[in-house]
Amino acid sequence: MSENPAMKAARIAIVGAGPAGIRAAERLVAAGLHPIVIDEGSRAGGQIYRQPPEGFTRSPAELYGPEAGKASALHSLFQAMVADGRLTHHPATSVIALRDHRLHILGPDGPGTIVYDRLILATGASDRVAPIPGWQNAGIYTLGAMQIALKAQGLALGRRIVLVGSGPLLTLVGAQLVKAGAAVEAVLDTATWRDQASGFGDLLARPGLAIRGLGLRATLGRRYRAGVVPERIEANENGPIALHWRDARGRSHRTPCDAVGMGWHLKAETHLAGLAGCTFDYSERWHQWLPRMNALGRAGEGLYLAGDGARLLGADAAEVTGRLAASACLQDLGIAAPSVETDLAELARLERFAAGLARAFPWPAARLRDLADDTIICRCENVTAGAIREAVSRGADEANRAKSLSRLGMGRCQGRYCELAGAEVIAGAASCAAKEAGRLRPQAPIRPAPIAAYLPKS
Amino acid sequence: MSGPGRIQRLAEKDRPSVRFHLDGKPVSALVGDTVLTAVLAHAPRLRISEFGLEARAGFCLMGACQDCWIWQESGPRLRACSTPLAEGMRLLTAPPEVWP
Repeated sequence: MSENPAMKAARIAIVGAGPAGIRAAERLVAAGLHPIVIDEGSRAGGQIYRQPPEGFTRSPAELYGPEAGKASALHSLFQAMVADGRLTHHPATSVIALRDHRLHILGPDGPGTIVYDRLILATGASDRVAPIPGWQNAGIYTLGAMQIALKAQGLALGRRIVLVGSGPLLTLVGAQLVKAGAAVEAVLDTATWRDQASGFGDLLARPGLAIRGLGLRATLGRRYRAGVVPERIEANENGPIALHWRDARGRSHRTPCDAVGMGWHLKAETHLAGLAGCTFDYSERWHQWLPRMNALGRAGEGLYLAGDGARLLGADAAEVTGRLAASACLQDLGIAAPSVETDLAELARLERFAAGLARAFPWPAARLRDLADDTIICRCENVTAGAIREAVSRGADEANRAKSLSRLGMGRCQGRYCELAGAEVIAGAASCAAKEAGRLRPQAPIRPAPIAAYLPKS
Repeated sequence: MSGPGRIQRLAEKDRPSVRFHLDGKPVSALVGDTVLTAVLAHAPRLRISEFGLEARAGFCLMGACQDCWIWQESGPRLRACSTPLAEGMRLLTAPPEVWP
């Protein structure tokens, strides 16, 4: 293939510097391009391989455990590309809007724009949360928050912690906190043993990881309980006092605590993909809307998706899909790209494992539909399940209409933490499937943009 | 809003200290702390919810939920989880009285 030198001047923007964004950048740099990488982190690595601030002294082995080699490789690769001037890095910078091949960014130096020819979105994911009555109090965190506090700040967010939810992060964060010396009172999994057994066959697609998961469970010992139904968080003005829950046999328990970590696997961060015009399909596997794309991550003209923001396949798959998205981008530019066959085969194996995880640790849809009317669903503005049901009774059986009538999803997180639970409440009230409740349309700016940033400095 | 701190430091404790003011009182935290860490080292919570009676202390710690915006005496608010603590910051867990 003959290569047009002008093609190498193509302006490629990558949003996100986690494993997907870093591997995408690496492949573009290897082909002689100079990508622009915009990332909200102060240092590259994403959430999974988040780096503590300068001056912290724990070793990669202490920070990342068995993944230390992968974390260090990505960090040093990115650092080298920056140091050699092979890419432009905008750290601590949010992309808050995009339109007409222009990213609107907000960073340490204020607002700005970046014009691009092609865009790779590697925006990652956040915790998928299922409200528990009382979760609006201080001292209730996501599982991801518990892990970030430990990794990036060396601390526990409480002195008596209860973790509740389901998914690989539940066991991992519990074990990491226990090893670091935190007082973890209980690790309560809403997945039953039967759920977990149903995913086991596919989890064997990665036998090493499956065995490691069992090892982490062993670290938790009797703190770990399966088949739990969380009932409510009892709290005072300073935060939680206890979590009330029922065990698999229906017996009631009250576990005293001063902090709760909660999460049910992940929710893809798709706001920019939405603004970029992607079509979305409801994934019955993940109980959420995911952007439509082809096997390499092509999602539109000059638009490519990679990592957990596209498919919830985890950090190793993010490296694979980052490379694939970059290959697709190079192909479309008419530049010779490395073969994708090996990566596609690897991706198939990782997808099988992820399918096993989804089955083993299900989303608690039925519990959400049955939440009492006074349970808060939107944590930003304290919109209750009852207020949503009231909106549905007035004809708002679709997410965007329910948003208008109840303010569900209109708060500062812009629906990131209430959309999926809200969809279950809408669907329950309207007697339809969660898919029929639809998807919240993203609105720019997708992060709060203080007006002061746009006023002239006088 | 006084009371015991929420957090428990488990590692990286040997960092130099940074002085700041919390609700008018001089306190200190460590170099490399976020504003969220620094405040929660001295208090169980960051702010009061605008929409309910309960307090808030952050939720996602990754800049996605916007639960941790807190006040400064000078007016502008900060997203506590993603803002590094700086010497001399004057932070408030309640809105300043002059705020309309």
